[in-house]
Amino acid sequence: MWNNFGKQLYDNIIANDRWLMYLEGLGNTVIMTLCAAVIGIIIGMLVAICKVNAKESRNPLMKVLNVICDIYLTVIRGTPMMVQLLIFAWVIFTSVPISQLLWVGILAFGINSGAYAAEIIRSGIQAVNKGQMEAGRSLGMSKGLTMRKIILPQAVKNILPALGNEAITLLKETSISCYLAITDITYVATMIRSRTFSPVPLLTIAVIYLAIVMLMTFGLRKLERRLSKSER
Amino acid sequence: MSDNVENMENREFNYAEDDLICVEHLEKKFTTYSKEVHAVNDVSVTVKRGEIIAIIGPSGSGKSTFLRCLNLLEVPTAGKVIVEGVDITDKSVDIDKHRQKMGMVFQQFNLFPHLTVMENITLAPIRVKKLSKEEAEQKALELLERVGLKDRAQSYPRQLSGGQQQRIAIVRALAMEPDIMLFDEPTSALDPEMVGEVLDVMRSLANTGMTMVVVTHEMGFAREVASRVLFMDEGKIAEQGAPADVFDHPQNERTISFLSKVL
Repeated sequence: MWNNFGKQLYDNIIANDRWLMYLEGLGNTVIMTLCAAVIGIIIGMLVAICKVNAKESRNPLMKVLNVICDIYLTVIRGTPMMVQLLIFAWVIFTSVPISQLLWVGILAFGINSGAYAAEIIRSGIQAVNKGQMEAGRSLGMSKGLTMRKIILPQAVKNILPALGNEAITLLKETSISCYLAITDITYVATMIRSRTFSPVPLLTIAVIYLAIVMLMTFGLRKLERRLSKSER
Repeated sequence: MSDNVENMENREFNYAEDDLICVEHLEKKFTTYSKEVHAVNDVSVTVKRGEIIAIIGPSGSGKSTFLRCLNLLEVPTAGKVIVEGVDITDKSVDIDKHRQKMGMVFQQFNLFPHLTVMENITLAPIRVKKLSKEEAEQKALELLERVGLKDRAQSYPRQLSGGQQQRIAIVRALAMEPDIMLFDEPTSALDPEMVGEVLDVMRSLANTGMTMVVVTHEMGFAREVASRVLFMDEGKIAEQGAPADVFDHPQNERTISFLSKVL
């Protein structure tokens, strides 16, 4: 298996323009991660704000919304991502052609990561001192305005590390989309491996995943440092 | 607000021209687990324009809760709070409008840590009063000058001492040009050497004729600056009157015992 490793590298990465396949897979992995992260953060933000408000609200609509959010969080966090993905593809979106399954994957990953993001964002909002909301309201600012201008900016700073972790998890989790034959980078690797029976494709993508994660960690650290400038 | 509307509301509540706040039978109950706490128990008070009211009393007597009911940070369980002729406990009232006219200063300052001093002060005037940025900053600088912190406009709250933070918090409230200022133990979280600078600012504010309601443990300040002192105990106003009367000739037994401990 390890004979002629140099030749194997060549065969598995460069020959037959195989690097182009990795590139295509990488593109899909990145697209899936980015789109799902955006969906996840939007859902997470909405669910978190809904849950934070429902606690003190007497509005029956809020109570109903709160129950819906609870069901969403319980179901999504209580079932495996893999099962959710398969259900999305083969139970809910049965009429979507195989070539378009990338979008089903994005939706499934986005909805899944939204549940985790919601809990992270909620804890971030609740970690902001209660006096901040009171100070905002005492100046005549509305609840929404205080939320946007005072609470959320501080919450974001609190939750950035956890949210970054979630993004990293999301990136790695997209690898299971190869079960839907979505041509992400993992799918590409298994395809090439099935031709060459070499360890190189899997090792290659492991290195690529690792590189992206390290890049994300680096970016996050920079962002954190910029956001904490008011603390120095 | 047009004069007609105001007059009608005045009549409804027998609201005298110079009554700024009229509190009628205010009550606030908290329920924690099985225990019911009567934090404020049937309090009625009128605050006239220009008055400086000091609220004193033992801890847990409901002073802060009472003060927080005045701008509805705490929602009363019963009673009315009539501000400039409008009952703000009425659910149909736009409370944000009234809070603009009621500045509040907190024990813990509650400055916004992610914003500079200037942004702290101008955020509400720009967003709520719709002042232009230039106007708001101009005004903020004037106010900062008054409290001697003009050079700290670009600092972040964390870079300031407690006394400086509290002075900024006062400026932040004043920037909305309120008709009344509420102070919730403004010096209790300060190191002793910083209490003076904050009291000085409050004293000069009192001299401008601002209506103030101050919950405080600073008896010297209350005696010197207040036009009326309220002594609260167990959610009720046990005694009130001019500072000289309350401090030198207290009538109520609880007032006597409290003052003997703190003076």
